[in-house]
Amino acid sequence: MIDQAMQSVLGWWQLLPGGWRLLLWNTGKILLVMIPLMLAVAYYTLAERKVIGFMQVRLGPNRVGYHGLLQPFADAIKLMFKEVILPTNADRFLFLSAPVLVLGPSLAAWVVIPFDEGLSIANIDAGLLYILAVSSVTVYGVILAGWASNSKYAFLGAMRSAAQMVAYEIAMGFALVGVLMISGSLNLGHIVHSQNGGILHWHLLPLLPLFFVYMISGIAETNRAPFDVVEGESEIVAGFHVEYSGITFAMFFLAEYANMILISALIAIMFLGGWLSPLQGIVPDSVFAIPVIGLLLGHGIHWLIFKTAFFMFNYLWFRATFPRYRYDQIMRLGWKVFLPITIVWLVIEGLAAYFKLPPWFN
Amino acid sequence: MSFVQVIFYLFAVMMLVAALRVITVRNPVHAALFLVLTFICTSVLWLMLEAEFLAIVLVLVYVGAVMVLFLFVVMLLNINIESLREGFVQYVPVGILIALALFVQMIIIVGPNHFGLQDSVLTIGPNYFAQKNFAYPAPAAAEYSNTEMLGRAIFTDYLYPFEIAAVILLVAIIAAISLALRKRTDTKRQNPAQQIQVRKQDRLRIVKMEAEE
Repeated sequence: MIDQAMQSVLGWWQLLPGGWRLLLWNTGKILLVMIPLMLAVAYYTLAERKVIGFMQVRLGPNRVGYHGLLQPFADAIKLMFKEVILPTNADRFLFLSAPVLVLGPSLAAWVVIPFDEGLSIANIDAGLLYILAVSSVTVYGVILAGWASNSKYAFLGAMRSAAQMVAYEIAMGFALVGVLMISGSLNLGHIVHSQNGGILHWHLLPLLPLFFVYMISGIAETNRAPFDVVEGESEIVAGFHVEYSGITFAMFFLAEYANMILISALIAIMFLGGWLSPLQGIVPDSVFAIPVIGLLLGHGIHWLIFKTAFFMFNYLWFRATFPRYRYDQIMRLGWKVFLPITIVWLVIEGLAAYFKLPPWFN
Repeated sequence: MSFVQVIFYLFAVMMLVAALRVITVRNPVHAALFLVLTFICTSVLWLMLEAEFLAIVLVLVYVGAVMVLFLFVVMLLNINIESLREGFVQYVPVGILIALALFVQMIIIVGPNHFGLQDSVLTIGPNYFAQKNFAYPAPAAAEYSNTEMLGRAIFTDYLYPFEIAAVILLVAIIAAISLALRKRTDTKRQNPAQQIQVRKQDRLRIVKMEAEE
């Protein structure tokens, strides 16, 4: 089917050997995800400055382009042409590979995200585990950046991040166990399917505590305010990336925002029904058959984008409103509050599954 | 050589080189990172064997959790590698002996005849390596799910070994915690439970004072 479609567009498609066709096809799919993602990251940085600006009764960037709309490109061009400074006695190879190690996994995780019915780069059965595994590699980039910089502030930031990310990864992992218990699958597409049947069937209600644990752990995992002690500009300058400049710094920046979008998309997929429409079961089915309105109100990628955008906005909102947590309080929250909550909720969920609690467990 | 073979040899060689570098490199942080590389190459090889669940769990557990803490400790402790290298020659014969024993064990236990790669069961002898060119095992069907099959095997046929392993791990956790746990009385730390129980009358004293002239 794919071959025929491509043949009609490109006359020479059939002349290519099978392996090359596969390679080209997959590269195309990756680009289709990567380019919008990179644009979203670029405009997310602008949105952050604008939203926080408005919350603090300021204007935010408004000089470059119409209302500052070209600001991300100005920033990108500036960072690209700045000099990359290597600190003395830095571990050259690790210093330069750390940004790659941070950015790589945060982009690789997008491989398994289902955007719509059957619309993902790879539909693998262990998708949830894959995301956990890939995102757990991110911490190496942060640790190595801190260690290879040969700087005390950077090293302190790296130590903080290692402890914090390991702690919150466990709470996140347990929250995901709850998701896979209720949906009976590690495949993200199946997880969305198991929430089919209207807003009540979403995992949000039966997994409400796990939803909050996952959302807050996600903020800690991406080192965002109010858990940004890893960067903590008022304590340790900029934490692990204090020695980075130019494009290497830009890569840390990109990775952080790509990770925030990823976590938002995952929350939308696992707890809020992904591409499923919230109007399902509320408005009569005949509405979905109307040409344009039906397309807008029915299931589709636009619902996933909308839900993701809501959680992305939350990130900015939290940053503008909450003061930074103290470091020992962060560790206490992760180990002594979130972990017990998730374990208790798993037991409750097990009981609910045993008694086949409708409408989620029948 | 097919493309799959190229990938296999690439990652196999990378894995062996990385494993060798773990013990030869001077910097302990680099050694830990080479161990991470070894794990990742192993996980790629497992992926090629269609054992996707094991491959992902290897990355998740060893790369994502164990090695992070390992790296954490190595960075904090600033280990002097020279003192660790003392007595290398003294231990070489024992090391070689253990390596040989492990090698023989692996050949016996994970030899090809255990995986249906051969019609007749091989016996250990001079002809062991003579039979080469095993055919590729047939790849699994498209709907085969390694995760699901593994879960099925663990929770049905191998339930008791699995549970016993879990209990042994639990015992190990408790032992490790009880070994490492010590109450220190001379540290200054806050007890959050006490902090939130504070009442106004505990802390606040209102003093009436006469207005001074």
